[in-house]
Amino acid sequence: MNSAAIMVRGLNVFYQQYQALHHIDIDIESNKVTALIGPSGCGKSTFLRSLNRLNELIEGTRTEGQVVIDGVDIYAEDTDVVKLRKQVGIVFQKPSAFPMSIYDNVAYGPRIHGVNKRMVLDEIVEKSLKQANLWEEVKDRLHASALRLSGGQQQRLVIARVLSVNPAIILMDEPASALDPISASKLEDLIAELKTTYTIVIVTHNMQQAARVSDATAFFLNGHLIEYQPTEKLFVHPRDKRTEDYITGRFG
Amino acid sequence: MKETLIEKLLFFSALVSILAIILIIIFICSQGIPLVARVGIKNFLFSTTWDPANGQFGIATMLVGSLLVTIGALIWGVPLGMALSIFLAEIASPRVAGIMTSMVELLAGIPSVVYGFFGLAVIVPFIREYIGGPGFSALAGAIILGIMILPTIVNIACDAIKAVPREYTEGSLALGATRWQTISRIVLPAARSGIIAAIVLGMGRAIGETMAVVMVTGNVTRIPGSIVEPVRTMTSNVVLEMGYASGDHQLALFATGMVLFIFIVILNLVVTASLKAGE
Repeated sequence: MNSAAIMVRGLNVFYQQYQALHHIDIDIESNKVTALIGPSGCGKSTFLRSLNRLNELIEGTRTEGQVVIDGVDIYAEDTDVVKLRKQVGIVFQKPSAFPMSIYDNVAYGPRIHGVNKRMVLDEIVEKSLKQANLWEEVKDRLHASALRLSGGQQQRLVIARVLSVNPAIILMDEPASALDPISASKLEDLIAELKTTYTIVIVTHNMQQAARVSDATAFFLNGHLIEYQPTEKLFVHPRDKRTEDYITGRFG
Repeated sequence: MKETLIEKLLFFSALVSILAIILIIIFICSQGIPLVARVGIKNFLFSTTWDPANGQFGIATMLVGSLLVTIGALIWGVPLGMALSIFLAEIASPRVAGIMTSMVELLAGIPSVVYGFFGLAVIVPFIREYIGGPGFSALAGAIILGIMILPTIVNIACDAIKAVPREYTEGSLALGATRWQTISRIVLPAARSGIIAAIVLGMGRAIGETMAVVMVTGNVTRIPGSIVEPVRTMTSNVVLEMGYASGDHQLALFATGMVLFIFIVILNLVVTASLKAGE
């Protein structure tokens, strides 16, 4: 059975003259958590950002190859970037709620896509916050500023914000690295719950975290995809010497 | 030893500049307050008769003149300045933004008398020909001032917009927002306090400007019936009459300066308050 949510073929990404990714081929399965690991600067974040075309916000970026999501090559000329980004949400490393109320943060996405009815918005906000395991903590102060939330709460708020536009895929770029251990563990629980509904791709520096939350793991080094296996196999029986060196902490 | 010497030197420099401000305030007030007290504050601010020869000192016409010219300048200077700031900070490529920023800075370096000349030679005749009235008018002053406040507005607003965290912009775009939705709903609100500061400082610059305004507004002490009629601003009043004024007349000019000063202090307080509110 081929249940690839994202099919990547021959992906090259350049920043000016520098080639950040070399011919990446990978199939990311739906309703699974796929972890991307590797040392800093190995291209894993670049790869993640290429999945919803965020790289092109950086001047001088060039992308070659195919990224097929839902049967459509997202780098084809007639791709609707707005629609793509709605379908593929992203959570960044630094928890960054918008400087507005909790409610408005979550309602932001639906509003820009034309939802204005109060009742519908209320429903979306509640549902998204519940899915992000934040509802109980904030339901009495939905109209307070989101910037007063803790880092962990802000990160879950950002996830609620992503969920509000009903994506199929959620990308996470080291979502827990700026959080304290308790908030991080709450976030990991949340990821485990979300994968029943969403396809999740997560970049992490934390080997244990990759091992805990993911079903498959991809190891990147110097812009190349070195190894891609079910998580258990990759951590227990890595095929490549370099993968083994990395996960046992010999470099990186 | 050397450390303390440098510290003392720096402290002394700070002291000198503060002292200068305090002395100016004391001087202006010592000259202005007695006259305002004699004429009556209500009479001074709200009487439209300015007739120094007969002891009539009402600056209402100039208050109206200053406000009209300043508000006029803001009405077109602020939208233009904001559009330029957004373009420079968010849309223009670094190369284009660099060139345009240095050109805006060049605007700040042009002496105001040159702006006045330009107004006199181009804008005044244009208004006379195509809009009506004598040309020398509140409108001419507002047009010139609108250009003159651009560097102030653009510099500060541009910095404020650039200071908005990248995560906000990317977070919004990643939700499928368009560039414009992101700018109008996330970036501008997040930069709000800086933008308010930019506008208020531009306003301070406009209200305090003298030379260019004297040259193009006609300087008549009458409440104008429309924006194409001449007006006199508070700054113009001081500069036009200081040369020959004496006695109460001279004191009345100091009092005019005092009112202007209070105006600008209030504006500065508004800036500080708006910056604090944004934190």
